Parts: sequence; structure tokens; C-alpha cells
Amino acid sequence: MPMKMDASQWDNAADLASSLPERPLAIEARGLVKRFDGFTAVDGVDLSVPEGAIYGILGPNGAGKTTTLRMLLGIIDPDKGMRRVLGHERPHEVAHAIGYLPEERGLYPAMKAYEAIAFLGALRGLPLSEGRKRGRALLEENGLGYAADRQIRQLSKGMAQQVQLLGTLVHEPRLVIFDEPFSGLDALNQGKLEGMIRTLAERGTTVIFSTHVIAHAERMCDEVAIIAGGKVPFAGPVDVARDRIRPQVRLETRKLDGPWRAALPTDAHHTGSFWHFALPESGVEPLLKALIEGEAGILSLSIERAGLHDAFVAIAGEAAARALASTDNENHR
Amino acid sequence: MRGRLSTLAAAMVIARRDFTAILFSRSFIFFLLGPLFPLLVGGLAGGLGQKVEQSASRPNLGIAMPAADVDAMLAARRALEPRIGHALPDFVVVRRLAPGETVDPTAVLNQGKSNLAALVTGSLKAPHLVGPAERIAQWQGPVSLVAAQALGDGPRAYPDIPLIATVTSQADDRRDRMHTAQGGQMLLFLLTMLLAGMVLSNLVEEKGNKIIEVLAAAIPMDAVFLGKLFAMLGVSFVGIAVWASAGGAWVLLAGQPLQALAPPAVGWPLFLALGVVYFAMGYLLIGSVFLAIGSMASTVREVQTLSMPATMLQLVVFFIASYAMTAPGSMVELAAIVFPFSSPFAMVARAAQDPAIWPHVAALAWQGFSVLLLVRAGATLFRKRVMKSGPAGAVSRKRGIFARLRRAQS
Repeated sequence: MPMKMDASQWDNAADLASSLPERPLAIEARGLVKRFDGFTAVDGVDLSVPEGAIYGILGPNGAGKTTTLRMLLGIIDPDKGMRRVLGHERPHEVAHAIGYLPEERGLYPAMKAYEAIAFLGALRGLPLSEGRKRGRALLEENGLGYAADRQIRQLSKGMAQQVQLLGTLVHEPRLVIFDEPFSGLDALNQGKLEGMIRTLAERGTTVIFSTHVIAHAERMCDEVAIIAGGKVPFAGPVDVARDRIRPQVRLETRKLDGPWRAALPTDAHHTGSFWHFALPESGVEPLLKALIEGEAGILSLSIERAGLHDAFVAIAGEAAARALASTDNENHR
Repeated sequence: MRGRLSTLAAAMVIARRDFTAILFSRSFIFFLLGPLFPLLVGGLAGGLGQKVEQSASRPNLGIAMPAADVDAMLAARRALEPRIGHALPDFVVVRRLAPGETVDPTAVLNQGKSNLAALVTGSLKAPHLVGPAERIAQWQGPVSLVAAQALGDGPRAYPDIPLIATVTSQADDRRDRMHTAQGGQMLLFLLTMLLAGMVLSNLVEEKGNKIIEVLAAAIPMDAVFLGKLFAMLGVSFVGIAVWASAGGAWVLLAGQPLQALAPPAVGWPLFLALGVVYFAMGYLLIGSVFLAIGSMASTVREVQTLSMPATMLQLVVFFIASYAMTAPGSMVELAAIVFPFSSPFAMVARAAQDPAIWPHVAALAWQGFSVLLLVRAGATLFRKRVMKSGPAGAVSRKRGIFARLRRAQS
């Protein structure tokens, strides 16, 4: 649903975003390149993720999202470029402050649920005894206390995913990275996960997640990086991404034509009694003045901000948008 | 705030998980019992063989002579037994002949009831030995000796010969220690061969469970590899302890002393300690290569395909070390010591033959360094080849050796 706002607000959105107080960066990457057997999976990616932000990496399958995340986590090294995670160029040095949930989830099937959480914590430096205590407590808090002593193989897929998610957070990381966290979850669990991500951010944890679903990024993220073909054509606040497209004006007049029409932009078109066009660069005031002076008989006028989808199309191109849509379809199938 | 885990601490997290997972799995009991079955079969077969050999090498000779002569022959054999008993055949009385009575030797031998190899007939003064031509010649002397003793024509007195033990000669020492070296090397090889192969399939579980990415993100891949090796080494030690205890109990229950080996040059305590350390090193060295190779496989089937070349590699290493043992101080031995995979085998043989300690310190340092190098190389290869995503990964998989094998098999 497009939001309705005063036009003057849109004119200044980019300025507002850039005037936000500078936060230290949880992640900084410059010119990351990764090639596999002659195929360039990631081609010069730049990212700046502020501490405490919810940051989305948005792109279709094969765009380079997972490879980028793997480079940020130190699972693989970039062929070129620099990465700095929580101030360290070698991500494993701060592994104790990072939580990671990969797209392909998995746990040892013979482990009990609370042991699995403790093990994931132990990998990040949390003592096993403490991890076991926290594991039980986390399961209890999330309504899974009854399954604490069950083996992973005895849990449903959804429950096992929740156990892994809790294991990702058990050591209370400062930075959490999720690779396609919503895939495979039903609507109820997607909502729960969204709530969890917001809670993490409220506590000051930086959350990065990759997704191919624009709605998730639009709903949750402070900032996004749009990735397509291994490149990042846009990275920054969601509002700034939307502002790449001029807000759309919807004008209803008493008559469809008159001398005032000269004041409308050349791309204006009408549907019924409504005129649609992009807000002129000069802003809304000169337009209104011209319409009033031309006696257009304004019945209603609304200025609608572009959605992230439109921004994605404008930034990454039609082809990338189609790929994104087909990714979404594939994952729903 | 908690700090990052060191590589060793991270490896221990992996090792602890793997170790307990294996130890408390149902299949572990089969792992423990596995080597006992061949030992049991071998023991039974050995016992039977011994029995057969005994009956073949200590034949029964039947006696069919006049009653007085039979008694005299048996008494003479008893008299001679303490001195040359092992060279004398056992006598079985077939018949005590009455005066004038005769016996048909061929008929007696053909009855086959007493498993007789030959028959002694005639009289003390003119004994006859009847039996298969190829065997009777070897008993001609002993039977003649017993008959002479029975007639009272044997030696009257046997002087006491005190036994004065001397230290063995240099040549004997060397030969005996070579036997010890050979034994140590063989044991090390058998254990490594039996246990190191398990490492091949070690990362298949992680890849199958998709947990490998979680591990790789949390700790360096070197730590994952090291942890897996430590876990399997720990499992191996448990296995060895169980098998050694079972073997010890068997020896105690059977009351059979083990064949004595010559004391090794460095002494038994140090030799055993070095044996344990060299086993660990040999295991880690070969295991790190197997782990890296196995990590490239994604299915158990691929792992099985790999096990044959892996076994061949172990055999080659063992042959190099065995050959080197026969030429101490030569360039061949030096090469076997320097080549990391044969080094533990060559050094355990050296410990049996040479009392110097410093070469072991140097060799262990070199082997340890080689382990780290191999683990690092394996981990790097794994990260480069396996941790991929998207179309690039697919491309590399199509080009991979296993993909070609799969295509060939299908």
C-alpha cells in the first residue's frame, strides 16, 4: 500500500536521510570480488551497514547474495577488495560476536534440542554449561520447552528451524546475519521471525538478512543493498531507494482538458477523470499555482511515494525485477 | 565479554561433539567388536593348525614285538626322554606277541585306528621298521637308539653339563632388535590402516546435514579439520585400549606367554611411549589427507570409491618404511624419516634399533609441523572447492572428478 504524505516531505527525503547522525559501521566492504572457475559471482560490491540497523540484501537467486554474505563471514575469502566486520578485517576474529543462520539449515539429528543450541553457542565461545542453561531457557521462552530433550530428528522441520534460530542467538551476538531467513517458513512463523528481528534491533543488535521478497525488505529494513548480477547498483536507506523514482501525482479535475493542461508534465496520462504523472522536479507548489490559475477545478490531488518494487525496477532494471519475481514464484511452488 | 576461541579451543569443541557422538552411538559397539572377529577366527584357525601340525610332526610308531621287548623298548624311551625327548617318536603298543606269534605289519598299518605312521616289529636285536618309504628313514636312527638303550648298549653315564649363559653377540642383538622394530612397525601399520580409513567419511555427515556452513562461519576450517582428526584419534585410542585389554585378558586366561621380543634400544617404557606418539602422528598425517580427500566427496558411495587408493597409499608408505628398516643409517632410511607419511613408521623402527633420543624429538617436531601444513592445505582446498554457491558451484561440480565418475557409473 503506498503511503500518502505531504509532497514537500518527499522533496527532502534524501536530504533527511543523509542528515541522520552518522553511526559507526558494523560492516564495511569495498570492491569485493569473487570468481569461481572463471565465473564472477560477486563483482565489486560495496556495503556500509550501520550498527544497530536492520539491513536487507535484496536480489534474485544467483545475484551474489549468499557469496557476499559468505565473504563477510569469512567462510570464503574475496579475490579482491576489503571487508571489515565489527572493526576486524578477519571475520573469524569476531566470530564470538556474530550469529549466522544459513539458507540451508541443518543440525546434527542425534543431538537433543537444548544440546544443539549449546553446541552452536560453544562454536561462538559460549561455555557449554552456560549454553545448556540458556538453551533450555530460550526453548521455554519460545514455547518449545517440552521439546528440549527431544532429538533433532524427532522434531518437525519448522521446530528444528526454530531451534537453529535460537542457537544462532544464544551467545547474544552484536551482529546477526540471516541468509533468506523467511524461506520455508509459514506466514505465522514469518511474522514471529519479523518480530524477533525487530526486538534484536531494538536491543542494538545489527541485523543483516538477504531476501528475494521485496515486501520483507520494505517492511523491516532501515537500509537495503540491491544486488543483481554480482553488482550492487544501490545501497542505502530504503527511503532513498524509493526516492530514486519521483513520487507519482494523482490529480482529479472537474474537466479533463483546458489551458491548465500546459502545466502538466509531458508524460501525464489520464484514466477516467484522473491524471497520473511523476511529480515535476520543480515541486508541487508551481503546479498547484498553475492549476488554480488555469481554473482546472481540482477535486483531489494526492502524491504517492514510489514503492521499493518500483525502485528496484528503476535501479536494477526490468530483467532483474523479473528474475526476482520468478525467484519468489519458485520458492512458493 | 567473551573473546574469540583459539584454533585449538575451537578444534576441541568439534572434537568433543564428534567423540561423544561416536562413542554413544550404537554402531560403536560394532566398531569395537570388528577386529575381535578376525582375531577369534585367526585364533581358532591357529589352534587347529597347531593341532594338525603336532599330530603331523610327532607321529605315533606302533610296536608289535614280544612282550618283554615291548616293555624294554618303552623303558628305554622313558630313560632317553629327558635328554632327547623331542627327537623321539611316541610309541603305541599294538601287540605284545606271544612266543612264536607273528604279525602282518601291512594289515596293522592299513587299519588306521591309531593313526600309526609306521610299525616297529622284530626283536630288540633285529628290529624292523615298516612304513611309507619317505618317512621311515628319518626314524631309523631314533628307533635304533632306543633299541640299543633297551639292550643295555647305550651310554652308561651322562655327564652333567652346567649351562653358562653369555651375553648375545652384536649380530644377535641387531637381529633381535630388528624383530622388535618389525613388530612395532607392523602393529603401528595395522592400527593406522584399520583406523585411519574412518576419517574418509568424516565430513559427509556435516555436508549431508548442511551444518558445515554453520561450522565454517563460526570457526576456521583448520579447526574443523583438526577437531575431526582429534575426535577420531580419541575414538581410536578407546578402540585400542579395549582391544589391548581384550588381548591381555585372553593371554592371561589362556596362560600362554607372548613370544618374547628383544628389548628395544631405547628401553621398553620409552619405546611404548614413542609408539603411542608415533601412532598419533601417523594417524594425524594420513588422516589429514584422507579427511581432505573425503571432504571433496558428497556421498558415501564416493567415499567408498576413494577407500581403495587410500589403502594403497598406506601400503606404499608401509613398504617404504619396512625397506628402510633393513638399512639403518642409509639414505633410504633418511628419506623414509623425512617423508612425513613414512616418518612415524621409520622412527618407531629406529627407536627399537638405535638408543639416540634427539632424532625422535626432531622427527616429532617435523611430523607435527607436517600435520599442521596438511590440515591447512586441506582446509584451504575445502574452502575453495566446496564452499561455493550458485551457478559457479554448479560449474565446478560438473567439472569435478566425482562428477566424471558419476557419469561413468551411470
